[in-house]
Amino acid sequence: MATMTYLQAISDGMREEMRRDERVFVMGEDIGAFGGAFKVTDGFLDEFGADRVMDTPLAESAIIGTACGAAYVGLRPICEMQFADFISCGFDQLVNVAGKMHYRQGLPTNITVRLPSGGGFSGGPFHSSNPEAWFMHAPGLKVVAPSTAEDAKGLLIAAVRDPNPVVFMEHKHLYRRVKGEVPAGTYETPLTARIAREGSDLTVIAYGAMVHTALEATADLDGASVEVLDLRSLVPLDEEAILASVRRTSKVLIVDEANQMCAAGAQVAAVIAEHAFEHLDGPVRRVATPDVPIAFSPPLEQALLPGVDRIKEAARELLDY
Amino acid sequence: MALETAGPLAGTDPAAHGPGHLTPGDRAGLLRSMLLMRSVEERAMNLYRQGKVPGSFYDGFGQEAVSVGAAWALAATDRLCILHRDLGAHLVRGVPPARILGQYMGRDGGITRGRDGNVHFGDHTRGCVGMVSMLPDMMLVATGMAMGFKLRHQDRVALTFFGDGSTSRGDFHEALNWASVQRLPVIFVLENNQYAYSTPLAAQFVVDPIARADAYGMPGVRVDGNDAEEVFEAVHAARERALVGAGPTLIEAVTMRMHGHAAHDDMKYVPPAQLEEWRAKDPIDRQAARVARDGVDVDALREEVRALVDAATQEALAMPMPDPATAHHGAFHDPADGEVVLADGGEAPWSGFAAAGGAG
Ligand SMILES: Cc1ncc(C[n+]2csc(CCOP(=O)(O)OP(=O)(O)O)c2C)c(N)n1
Repeated sequence: MATMTYLQAISDGMREEMRRDERVFVMGEDIGAFGGAFKVTDGFLDEFGADRVMDTPLAESAIIGTACGAAYVGLRPICEMQFADFISCGFDQLVNVAGKMHYRQGLPTNITVRLPSGGGFSGGPFHSSNPEAWFMHAPGLKVVAPSTAEDAKGLLIAAVRDPNPVVFMEHKHLYRRVKGEVPAGTYETPLTARIAREGSDLTVIAYGAMVHTALEATADLDGASVEVLDLRSLVPLDEEAILASVRRTSKVLIVDEANQMCAAGAQVAAVIAEHAFEHLDGPVRRVATPDVPIAFSPPLEQALLPGVDRIKEAARELLDY
Repeated sequence: MALETAGPLAGTDPAAHGPGHLTPGDRAGLLRSMLLMRSVEERAMNLYRQGKVPGSFYDGFGQEAVSVGAAWALAATDRLCILHRDLGAHLVRGVPPARILGQYMGRDGGITRGRDGNVHFGDHTRGCVGMVSMLPDMMLVATGMAMGFKLRHQDRVALTFFGDGSTSRGDFHEALNWASVQRLPVIFVLENNQYAYSTPLAAQFVVDPIARADAYGMPGVRVDGNDAEEVFEAVHAARERALVGAGPTLIEAVTMRMHGHAAHDDMKYVPPAQLEEWRAKDPIDRQAARVARDGVDVDALREEVRALVDAATQEALAMPMPDPATAHHGAFHDPADGEVVLADGGEAPWSGFAAAGGAG
């Protein structure tokens, strides 16, 4: 065990897996000598060389498309998008080539696509987004979104080893803010939900950065016992864990940092409505980002992103219901 | 070899091409594969008219020399992304015609087991990745396979086809640029068949794509796309170049789409004179004349192919439809089923590989 930041844990997962498996390599813009826009691959070039720490042209469609090709001939590429937002330029290759190949042709696409996502530091409309729901809606893609350092490493390794394309949502705001004990060596975190805090009066369901916001917002709600469920994986979605928690608490609040419309939380709400209706003692509530781009100026951005106060307010209303 | 960079169409006199790298057996083999492609597609069109092929039907009538000639130059260890006018490449790799007809009819015995239609398939056991409809996405996939070969220091190449219309999309640029920056062993075969659906070349680009090869730092080679031997020689040369680490080649095979974009298209936008002009350059007639001069009984060859396609049709018609209960299976690969990557099982019929004692 060593204490690491979320960012160091992602690096550590990649480094360990690259040492263990010569088929694994990383590719992306400015990831070599510069070490990546967020320095996740800092030092990799020295250890693994330019072939396996591949600086690419500024071409997201090509990053995903060539990664697919490399996977089909037996390699295991990890693609870094400089920011999650730029995956829109690689969307077609991810959704149509990687996502649909196995169903059509029986040929798996073993790629991992790392998306530095999320807002909170004036990234503005093109450097703050949370596009995970686009990929949840696309058949054939797995989507994971760790909230802790330990899970960041374990899910990264699980993604690389998974024969299917995995979209790895790494929240930029957690990179250096979140620290934790991380096991040495390689291990896989299962693509299932995790109870971040047990409770009996209310369940708050979240993933990524919102797990921390939810924990903070519900740490002291006049003595209420609030469970926080960290989804960790969005595809597959751990419906059993969601339903089990709702059955225990009978009240549920779902938090998304993504834009509200058709977000991951909307799917979670649908699962609950369909399978746990009789267990509910109140309406399913959601807190998410309104359906506008993420604004640049701090007061505007803070007004959009779900914060501690909005979560507290919604939680109190539900507890009083 | 009648290869020219950004030059006019090469001449059509077969004698001008010399013996090149092809034996009489290869020349007959090229003809046989083209006959097989035409015959399978004609049969599929009949099945379509009988209502047995769902959706629409797309063929490569008149373009047989491109896919057959190109695939003929590849080793079993090479990898392909085959496009929708290129059935001949699947046949050269050895995909059984019955499975192709089953594919068109959405049968369980088709390559995609009814999951996808038309020529949207690739037999991964024969080193082929099934195309996606989005054009020309496969240029990047082929580039990535070549990148894999280079990273692993393997003497192999990847090849893909694409059309004139496809050159307008960004992936065309991204693939040529990337392949050139990394000097990858990839061969891009641009199939210029004069139209993209109904859109003529003049509405697609101002600068001919082959003239742009130079700007990407790679050779641009224009060949007569109705001459299988010329296509073969160009791909063979590009492959040799790729194998010595000299990087990618862009080949433009100039041809004509002699049928509509798909079965529903009456081609009223194509001037009849243009069709007449190209009918006289039919790639199968041309190869048949050569092969006949070599003393091969072409009629017997046609008969053999017809019998083969008759049998394949019966076999395909006997294939069951897929079980609807399996419709929701298979979006993901189960690791318990083992690792699946492209395999070397494709046929590589060129005599030169046998002479070299293997798959080249
Ligand atoms: C990106 C994209 N847009 C539209 C289509 C629909 N479409 C299918 S084939 C075709 C024409 C393609 O022309 P070209 O690339 O010249 O190939 P050809 O069919 O002539 O062989 C079009 C527009 C498509 N497949 N992909």
